[in-house]
Amino acid sequence: MRGVIGKKLGMTQLFDQEGNLIPVTVVEVAPNHVLQVKNANGKDGYNAVKLATGESSGKNLTQPELGVFKSAKIAPQKTIIEFRLTDKEIAAFKTGDTIDGSVFVEGALVNVKGVSKGKGFAGVMKRHKFKGAKESSHGTHEYERHGGAIGAGTYPGRVFKNKRMAGHMGDENVTVRNLKIVGVYADQNLILIKGAVPGGVNGILRIFETKPKAPRKTVQPSAAKKK
Amino acid sequence: MSITPAIAKVQELQLRQDVPDFSAGDTVRVHVRIREGEKDRIQVFEGVCIARHANALGSTFTVRKESYGVGVERVFPLHSPRIEKIEVKDKGRVRRARLYYLRDLTGKAARIRSLRDIHEQ
Repeated sequence: MRGVIGKKLGMTQLFDQEGNLIPVTVVEVAPNHVLQVKNANGKDGYNAVKLATGESSGKNLTQPELGVFKSAKIAPQKTIIEFRLTDKEIAAFKTGDTIDGSVFVEGALVNVKGVSKGKGFAGVMKRHKFKGAKESSHGTHEYERHGGAIGAGTYPGRVFKNKRMAGHMGDENVTVRNLKIVGVYADQNLILIKGAVPGGVNGILRIFETKPKAPRKTVQPSAAKKK
Repeated sequence: MSITPAIAKVQELQLRQDVPDFSAGDTVRVHVRIREGEKDRIQVFEGVCIARHANALGSTFTVRKESYGVGVERVFPLHSPRIEKIEVKDKGRVRRARLYYLRDLTGKAARIRSLRDIHEQ
């Protein structure tokens, strides 16, 4: 799936034509440079394109990384992300090309991937939306935010896997699907996406076009019965 | 949170340029576009502006009027395209920015002296 790298700049509101206020996220899509194109029938064995964006002095890049930029004749960039592509899509990319926010059109749907804000070690109420103790009197104490029992006794004699408990929350990859693009300012490298996207301000986002929904397969009742 | 320059720019494009100069204490007529089924209609809400809330694109103002003995307040988004026009009918002389004390007053006590009258004297 084709994607580009963006940076979350923050949220605001806009009026639509009817005068409804809609929440939007402002995302900067600075020019994405095609750093490398990997081919399934080349030495890499799979189709992908490596995009790079965000100007960098090169101070925080490794020598091998700088080498890649040099051979692609691109100034060093901060963020490098590889996107897997299909055979068909790969043909459109050539090393040294740039992609920017103008690939998006108003009204299109996108999926946005980002790293959510880290919440640290979170309890079950915050992490799994447990209800906590409903009653803090009648003999119970110091139990308001606990999760309750975690299983039966001697049988099964263990706690089931995936039992929801307290632990680290956030700082993980999150995808938000089907967000509408409500504005494209190509001259300023900005796009406006309706709704919220994962992560904090200045977070790196990967923006993909949403695949059009496949028409729903309808099973003919008579044909199904014959089986 | 402070507004970053990029966001301010995005908002700037939506700001109305035709907002008249008015403040709390002024009598205003707000022409609001109302959607009724398929048709657009304009309704006028006239009253005293009792508060202005400044927040760039999210700025609002509150208008209070008395309707059949009942106090009615409406909060309008200043930059909303639903507002056709804002007319300033009268400037009032008030000593504070938020006139919430008007909620406790009715009739004659809820009047605000017009700046026009003061200048005439």
